[in-house]
Amino acid sequence: MSVPDTGIAPIAAPPPVRRRIPVWWWAVALVAVLALLSLLEVLTDANDLTSSGTIRATLIATTPILLAALGGLWSERAGVVNIGLEGMMILGTFGAAWWAYEYGAWVGVVGAIIFGCLGGLLHAIATVIFGVDHIVSGVAINIIALGATQYLAAITFTGLKGGGPTQSPPLPDLPALTIEPLADALGDVEDNDIFLVSEIAALLRALVNDLSVMVVIALLLVFVTWFLLWRTAFGLRLRSCGESPVAAETLGVNVLRYKFVAVLISGGLAGLGGCFLAMVASSSYRDGQTGNRGYIGLAAMIFGNWRPGGALAGSGLFGYTETLGLRQGGSSVHALLLAIAAIALAFAMWQLRKANRVALIVGGAVIVVGLPLTYVLGDALKEGFDGEGWVLLGLLVVATVVLVLLRRHEYFAAVLLVLVGLAFALLYFSIDEVPGDFTRMTPYLVTLLVLAFAAQRLRMPAADGQIYRKGTAG
Amino acid sequence: MTSTEAPAAPEAPPGDVAVRLRGIGKRFPGVIANDDVNIDVRRGTIHAIVGENGAGKSTLMKILYGVQPPDSGTIEINGTELKLSSPSDAIKAGVGMVFQHFMLADNLTVLENVVLGAEGMHGIGAAARDRIKELSDTYGLDIKPDRLVEELGVGARQRVEILKVLYRGARIVILDEPTAVLVPQEVDELFDNLRELKNEGLSVIFISHKLDEVLSVADEITVIRRGTTVKTVLPKDVTSRQLAELMVGSELPSPSTEASTVTTTVLLSVKDLALPSVDGRPLLEDISFDIHRGEVLGIAGVEGNGQAELVESIMGMRPEATGTVALADIDISTISTQQRRESGIGYIPEDRHRHGLLLDAPLWENRVLGHQTREPQAKYGLIFRGPARKDTQRIIEQYDVRTPGPNVLARALSGGNQQKFIVGREMSGDPILLIAAHPTRGVDVGAQGAIWQHIKNARREGLGVLLISADLDELIGLSDRIEVILRGRLVGTFDPTKVTPEQLGSAMTGAGDEA
Amino acid sequence: MNVRVLRLGLGMIAPFLALLISFGIISLILIAAGDPVGAVWDQILQWPERRNLSNIIDKTTIFYLSGIAVAIGFRMNLFNIGVEGQFLVAALVAAVVGGEAWVSGYLNTALAIIAGMVAGALYAGIAGVLRAYRGVSEVISTIMLNSVAVGLTAFLLRQFKGPQPEGSFIVTTKQLPESSWIPNISIGEGAATEIYGFIYIAVFVGLAYWFLINKTRFGFDLRATGQSMTAAVASGINTKRMIVTAMLLSGGFAGLVGLPYIFGEYHSYGSTFPAGLGFTGIAVALIGRNHPIGVALGAFLFAFLDEQTNALQIVAGVSPEIVKIMQGVILLTVVIAYEVVRRFGVRIEQQMVSRELERARAESTPPPADEKEAAR
Repeated sequence: MSVPDTGIAPIAAPPPVRRRIPVWWWAVALVAVLALLSLLEVLTDANDLTSSGTIRATLIATTPILLAALGGLWSERAGVVNIGLEGMMILGTFGAAWWAYEYGAWVGVVGAIIFGCLGGLLHAIATVIFGVDHIVSGVAINIIALGATQYLAAITFTGLKGGGPTQSPPLPDLPALTIEPLADALGDVEDNDIFLVSEIAALLRALVNDLSVMVVIALLLVFVTWFLLWRTAFGLRLRSCGESPVAAETLGVNVLRYKFVAVLISGGLAGLGGCFLAMVASSSYRDGQTGNRGYIGLAAMIFGNWRPGGALAGSGLFGYTETLGLRQGGSSVHALLLAIAAIALAFAMWQLRKANRVALIVGGAVIVVGLPLTYVLGDALKEGFDGEGWVLLGLLVVATVVLVLLRRHEYFAAVLLVLVGLAFALLYFSIDEVPGDFTRMTPYLVTLLVLAFAAQRLRMPAADGQIYRKGTAG
Repeated sequence: MTSTEAPAAPEAPPGDVAVRLRGIGKRFPGVIANDDVNIDVRRGTIHAIVGENGAGKSTLMKILYGVQPPDSGTIEINGTELKLSSPSDAIKAGVGMVFQHFMLADNLTVLENVVLGAEGMHGIGAAARDRIKELSDTYGLDIKPDRLVEELGVGARQRVEILKVLYRGARIVILDEPTAVLVPQEVDELFDNLRELKNEGLSVIFISHKLDEVLSVADEITVIRRGTTVKTVLPKDVTSRQLAELMVGSELPSPSTEASTVTTTVLLSVKDLALPSVDGRPLLEDISFDIHRGEVLGIAGVEGNGQAELVESIMGMRPEATGTVALADIDISTISTQQRRESGIGYIPEDRHRHGLLLDAPLWENRVLGHQTREPQAKYGLIFRGPARKDTQRIIEQYDVRTPGPNVLARALSGGNQQKFIVGREMSGDPILLIAAHPTRGVDVGAQGAIWQHIKNARREGLGVLLISADLDELIGLSDRIEVILRGRLVGTFDPTKVTPEQLGSAMTGAGDEA
Repeated sequence: MNVRVLRLGLGMIAPFLALLISFGIISLILIAAGDPVGAVWDQILQWPERRNLSNIIDKTTIFYLSGIAVAIGFRMNLFNIGVEGQFLVAALVAAVVGGEAWVSGYLNTALAIIAGMVAGALYAGIAGVLRAYRGVSEVISTIMLNSVAVGLTAFLLRQFKGPQPEGSFIVTTKQLPESSWIPNISIGEGAATEIYGFIYIAVFVGLAYWFLINKTRFGFDLRATGQSMTAAVASGINTKRMIVTAMLLSGGFAGLVGLPYIFGEYHSYGSTFPAGLGFTGIAVALIGRNHPIGVALGAFLFAFLDEQTNALQIVAGVSPEIVKIMQGVILLTVVIAYEVVRRFGVRIEQQMVSRELERARAESTPPPADEKEAAR
């Protein structure tokens, strides 16, 4: 997904030195996240943040987003923006249900891939051959896919036992893996409630207990995608089409063919994501099952900086927040507010640390004074909106004025982060529970929040979203 | 023709010919790019192809490299007739090409850029890396395979391009205007590289419109005019004047200055201008200069040393710039781009397609662009089509823009006519300062002469002109004063009547004595 | 030939050609699915009854408003996929403000409409600010905001719910006072043949849009920014501000989309408020090429297809979902046709220009006859 540059060329800014993130770093990061969450459980009322049930549900919620994200990755690495992922996922849910019902579970998987590919084919024809704007084509495909699926479902499933125009009959199961003794042992450890150890046990338990084979496949696909795109000649050529199609063409790469293939693969992966929704996350096709996961997958991939590992991390984040919202949403998401506040404040301090000592001390002082203030104010707000409401309004005005005054200043980002952090802290202290309507929004709000802070640091393929025509090189 | 006509080069014996083009023709919608082109390139020679911008040189080379198929004619390489339907066919036949605009993916490493498309030779890993190092050492190219291309300067990028060609084992190397982005010293290095290639038995096809360079490096010269080959000559038989006549049918226009019109009134005064970058070295630093009424100030510099940023800072397109810019004694450093334009700055941008025009809008809308607030085409926040069309017609006539009328899309015009239109637009609304960034880049000789004349006229009428160009002859010919920019700083002032291109080149690269 | 005539002609041919092709594709789909092709087209292409006609006009009104809202964004190359969310939020706000009836009569109507537009604008503005100042693609952010809007309106609806009739499961806001309704217009006999009075506002919106885009400096800046962000910056347009302004405007118009229902039919916002109108707006704007009349035709086409396929299940035993495929296929073929025709048009224009050049050259200089001989 591309944002065309705003016209002011960011030319000569020297590129940051790129370091390869070693693989073990991911493991450390994961443990750190678990530690943070278990700390959060200690500090707040939430107690469902790291249970193996939550982690299991997170895996289920993450996988379709991840598959969509990988689909987006393939397509955008070849320079084609694929907003049609949502539609291709929808096609996948139907393909899976139809063929699984007719021919068995694994054929259903194939059906989902094929139907997703069909969506990809349409997108490839429109964008690669006819040069239609990628987003326009994607929107059209989403409309067609939704209609086609509803039409076909009405034809296919009406009159079947347990089926109807908007729902398929129950589908056969795909196998799941359980290593029973290990699962039991880990369950015991988890129940002991030891800081961090229980959390790690819960994570491992979710991985060895009733783990759908599709989750394993999806995780393997992350590796396969990385290997194919970054370690093979095929991948180099495909990526070159997204970075500089003219250069690729002058070296004899058939740009249009690679773009075409990439979009097809993209559709297939999205279809597989749809298959997961129909066959693993639930046990039948239902109308509206995808629930914008195609788009969230795209956002996860952007958040993941167009890299497979990043896409996994992004999908995990969205899967996790979705899960929290659906389980004990009120308290879990409430706890998350505190986490967001802490992260924002920590980032602010980090940025100030790079600046100078005076700024760091001032920033620290603001936070030290501000946090108790938010606690007092928040507590008062719980009682009702009387005088405190005016104080709040006053603070809001002050914050706005500060931001406007500093909008050109080099510490703007840090100041903004401090204010955001304090605002979230205030929100945390002023309510006991997040209402259900809002917990369900969590993944979307997190997407917005994350992109708002991360989008400018990301680097998309240089020719992403641009229309390429053969023979324009040179 | 005249009695001084140069004799044609003798026909090459068939066995000696690396590339033989016969009767090549290529049409684009409404344009004949090539027509009956005949060229023989001998093995182990440097063969120059000269012609003015738009003469069809680049199209011809794209045909030889398989990017575009010819409509007619035959291509023979080493005696066999070939049909080149894609660059991979050409690469297989041993043809390699270094494009004028580098064909490199910035976000990939040098290694990835080099092996792309030739992964079958040494893979994409260690073997390829070794081979690149080996080639780099052999030809003295000094290339590190694991750096990102975006970190490289212009010269290094060109060497990567040459390495790409060598990596594929090309025996015939095409270089399209390779010297356009280089300073004179770098040109000499490039020519040494080319001679080395020649000594190894490779054939080099060298495209240029700079005649002195051609005469110094080429073994044979083919002249192309209006898409067709005019003549092939030997350098010892011709003068650059004769070559010019072959190229354009008359003498090349030269950007010579007229009598000085410089006054003592300061028009534009830039003080302590700086432009910080997100991280690292500032893009501009410590820049101060004045331009007087009736003066042309030229800025010389290797591309990417801050010229674009300097112009954008003066135009107010860089909000993070610090320092003061005053136009006719009024401080304009804090006002918007639009207000700066209104206070009398005309701006011919560097890249007319990206910054100068709305390609898919008719000319009259392009007339309004940048003048949305000014009469006659705009008033009370409204845009008036009638007056806009009428004024567009005036520009078309006064500035000799070749177009059927003001309703034609800007995209449909040739580069030279687009540029003449932009000059006309920027001169309307009575500017007092004209900023011209690479005003004649990529335009044909006719338009080039016309644009030079317009700049001279502007100077005579008392405008100040800030001229940025990579063409040192243009700078020396038009400017009253030349400032050299290097890594975002002004590093020397030169008098164009005394300076040579070589001296400028030294200052531009930071070699030699700084003035 | 005149360039403007040529451009207009090509612009007209493309959608009709595309329509024919998509009818062919739909027929093939129907045949493949084993549905009766003839009966389907018979039902769709028959002249609508008066009752259906009023439904078609009403839907056209709504689709048109949605299409114009999207078109403003498109004119600036901004993809406001979020009309869906914006109109939900706006409809709720308008219904609440209207229901409170702080002022009376049509003053209340005006206040409610303005409140709705402001709400829609501000909601879209979030995406605008994120795009302009944080570099977040408006496509992603507006889609996320759509999902947020669903939860947000559900939450707000419970906060502002009005008195409910006995035994009703539907939650609604307070009813609008009757004096603030916009009266329907009768186009025939009976209650079912009335159309929304809001159609006047839709027509006015179309005119305002046309004037704004084509006649004002703001419109010029908007189009220029849409065509080339870089050229816009060089010409002195503050593109960041334009992004935010365009999103605010688009959201403001999006705020009108749900209002015909509020003022002409339901007189309140409820949990069963129609959805999906924003997405139709995208299709309609694309088909109408963002032109005020084109969008109207596109809106009419989609409304017509929607209404005429309603009875398909009864008449021909075909699932009415076929209409969505139909609309999607039409959309895709139309945008492809526009692209193909655009390229064709540019080529013709280039030829015209070069002919002009040749003529000028032939007049000024005699053709150099001796060149060829000199060459060899």
